[in-house]
Amino acid sequence: MLKFKYRPRELKLNAKLMRQTELIMGMPITVQVLGQKAAEGITAVFDYFRAVDERFSTYKPQSEISRINREEISASQFSKEMKEVLALSEQTKQETGGYFDIRKPDGALDPSGLVKGWAINNAALLLQKQGYKNFFIDAGGDMQTLGQNEQGQPWRVGIRNPFNTSQIIKALRLSGQGIATSGSYERSAHIYNPKRPDDPLDEIVSLTVIGPDVYQADRFATAAFAMGPTGIEFIEKQKNLEGYMINRHGLATQTSGFDRFVI
Amino acid sequence: MRKYALSATVGLIFIFYLVFAKKQAITPLTVPSLPSNQIQIADNNPPLTQDPPSSTQPTTQPVAQPSSPPPTPTKTPTKTPAPAPTPAPAPKPTGQYKDGQYTGSSADAYFGNVQVAAIISGGKLTDIQFLDYPQDRETSLRISQEALPILKQEAISVQSANVDAVSGATQTSQAFQQSLASALTQAKN
Repeated sequence: MLKFKYRPRELKLNAKLMRQTELIMGMPITVQVLGQKAAEGITAVFDYFRAVDERFSTYKPQSEISRINREEISASQFSKEMKEVLALSEQTKQETGGYFDIRKPDGALDPSGLVKGWAINNAALLLQKQGYKNFFIDAGGDMQTLGQNEQGQPWRVGIRNPFNTSQIIKALRLSGQGIATSGSYERSAHIYNPKRPDDPLDEIVSLTVIGPDVYQADRFATAAFAMGPTGIEFIEKQKNLEGYMINRHGLATQTSGFDRFVI
Repeated sequence: MRKYALSATVGLIFIFYLVFAKKQAITPLTVPSLPSNQIQIADNNPPLTQDPPSSTQPTTQPVAQPSSPPPTPTKTPTKTPAPAPTPAPAPKPTGQYKDGQYTGSSADAYFGNVQVAAIISGGKLTDIQFLDYPQDRETSLRISQEALPILKQEAISVQSANVDAVSGATQTSQAFQQSLASALTQAKN
């Protein structure tokens, strides 16, 4: 009964929350939508992620990125989405002083570090265009929030304990922001210091970034993590970004405006 | 009893005052080169401390003395009130700290090690010297040249708050995939 008491009036009629998880792009994607047509919105989001996976997955031999890496198609034949992602990757490389680079040490292109945040953000825009005002998209721990949760409160997001994945070490309230965490799990996948690929990145175990959207948060979290211990300073210098960095001793460093999101 | 105690304390305070007055009377004399007359006045001071009432006079006396040069007498009275508090800490080296140079332990800042030395003189911290400073790496050097970051640090602590979701590094490792696959297999009845 208490729940209803605090629920805002506008949400009273359609406050039913739908939540669904699917494994796409090699990671669990969870979509939560509040509203009467929540199911349709969720279906649209999953369809979109599948389309992105078909195009950008380096694990799928017939994906566009795989064909590009095999030099089967020339630049003029690239899709609109591919051109956009490659342009954004180049822009991000410039903005991060070279620490974000989709070109792997072996020369192949792997834009997955950018595509994830970009795709989550696009899925969120897609929902927003269709009139959804309260939703949450979580793809492998990177998230976009809008509006409120079922309780009529900002979405509550925990930061995972990098030393014990069943625990959280911070609880945050987000409404309209994106959040992304880079960490040691990703090291083998696509995080390395592009300037010194052989350097082990073991000083920092987790770096969480909150941004105006998940695209911004994700790409800067990836780049800042590759910088090692100075990554948090890089986040501090970015307008509209806040960060929380954890080193291997369990000592956390946070940016000056991070506290306003902490519950 | 009260009377005696009161008079005794007043007397003690007065004696202390005299001691300080004497000290301060000596110091100004040593600094400037003065006529021998003045030095004699200083010599007169020690006996005066024993006699409370007359002790106030020596400080004022120089002023009254027309024979001695005018600048020196004015100096003594003006300095009388000020030195009273200053000599107090001077003889006692206790203060807050002992004088000397103290090297701190090497502290692990997140961008490198920091080690400082504290210089104490007069019982007070007067200088800090950086013995170790992060500049071994290119990136650290860049930060050292800019302002020292003052970002809040804390030890992480487990939270019990309920959350809608958890943000963490994407678990794309093989171990994760295998574990998830086996879990999904079980989930399939």
